[in-house]
Amino acid sequence: MSVIEFSGVEHSYGERPVLRGVDLVLGEGRIGIVGANGSGKSTLARMINGLVTPDRGTVTVDGLDVARQGREVRRRVGFVFTNPDNQIVMPTVSEDVAFTLRKSRLSKPDVAERVRSTLERFGLAAHAEHPAHRLSGGQKQLLALASVLVAEPSVVVADEPTTLLDARNARLIGEMLSSLEQQVIVVTHQLELLDGFDRVIVIDDGRIVADDTPDAALGAYRSLIA
Amino acid sequence: MIGLYVPGSTLVHRAPALAKLGLLAVTIAVITVLQEPWQLAAAVGGVCVLFLAARIPPRMVWRHVVPILWLLAIAVPVQALFAGWTAALMMGGRVAASVALAALFTLTTTVSSVLDACQQLLRPFRRWVDGDRVGLLLALTIRCVPLTAEIVREVIEARRARGATGSLTALAVPVIVRSLQSAEALGEALVARGLDD
Ligand SMILES: Nc1ncnc2c1ncn2[C@@H]1O[C@H](COP(=O)(O)OP(=O)(O)OP(=O)(O)O)[C@@H](O)[C@H]1O
Ligand SMILES: [Mg+2]
Repeated sequence: MSVIEFSGVEHSYGERPVLRGVDLVLGEGRIGIVGANGSGKSTLARMINGLVTPDRGTVTVDGLDVARQGREVRRRVGFVFTNPDNQIVMPTVSEDVAFTLRKSRLSKPDVAERVRSTLERFGLAAHAEHPAHRLSGGQKQLLALASVLVAEPSVVVADEPTTLLDARNARLIGEMLSSLEQQVIVVTHQLELLDGFDRVIVIDDGRIVADDTPDAALGAYRSLIA
Repeated sequence: MIGLYVPGSTLVHRAPALAKLGLLAVTIAVITVLQEPWQLAAAVGGVCVLFLAARIPPRMVWRHVVPILWLLAIAVPVQALFAGWTAALMMGGRVAASVALAALFTLTTTVSSVLDACQQLLRPFRRWVDGDRVGLLLALTIRCVPLTAEIVREVIEARRARGATGSLTALAVPVIVRSLQSAEALGEALVARGLDD
């Protein structure tokens, strides 16, 4: 399990402050982040693998500074986006999963074996040679997840991974995320996704306003948005 | 290549992509300069044998051949009017054989192996061009075809839903904006997948 640490993190886009002093130590296996639209959740999540770097303060993953050691950090932290279409790079399913391993020093047969077992695990084996853009929305998100996990990161950050999916596929992705041995951090508006999580953080207008067990934090969140 | 790959393990599939690409270029060049009808007939026969050897399902062959037939149905009679039937049929045969060969390449070669071939091809020039980059660019270009098609389809649908028709700018603006947005998101995803170097 990795330890992610935010200390004194502030961030603005232009004049608009989006994070106003965030201090967090994330070491649990399952962490949820909730909050209203525009509250700064995605900005916070993107910082964990250095897609956004803080204006002030630091973010570290196992002691590695995301701003200065972005590449090492990204090797440990996989990121799943809301829209899998933006994350799929290669034309066919197996090629997309293999693409993640292009820079690894694995031999070709090893890559093929890793791709095969990953697709198997995500229930995509039958689609290995199919065009990725013909998959259903749920299958595309599974593929995005598979392409992240084939690199064996120690943390998976997912920013609203189920927003574009129907209830059944959302549950499928949720179950898939829950079954991972990795540390998982999920940003979501679909609160049922956080069942069984260890910790939920509520963010409002760039500040942490609750940080507790799911029941307590979601209670606070519901009264906040009521 | 655009997701048209037909999986298989025949010799045609297994041949190295670079060799296939080279052979494709040479063969098409030769086909273009063939003068005698019997030579061309032999070439067309050869292409058919290759398709059989690659065990491409007839359905796929049909899908690739039909568009060419349409083209030829118009071009051959026109050519015949000006240059006579022999020359027109020669021309038709050349086009058909070349296009069929190119289709065979895309049907039996995965994009990844084309990328690898591209890198090998550019290796002698690695001081000036980064083969990996070029390969990635190629992959992204191919990937953008269905993405952009999807965006255009959605924008047209959205316009129709709002009862709007008319100007081309009204179509182009949202398409360009959406394309740029998805390009940005794709770039971000590439960084997240560790391809920022
Ligand atoms: N690249 C950017 N440039 C300028 N402003 C941005 C950028 N990204 C986000 N913002 C703004 O920063 C604020 C916080 O954005 P963020 O995406 O972190 O919110 P969020 O909590 O993820 O919201 P949502 O639930 O809608 O996804 C928003 O007001 C947004 O408009
Ligand atoms: Mg967001």
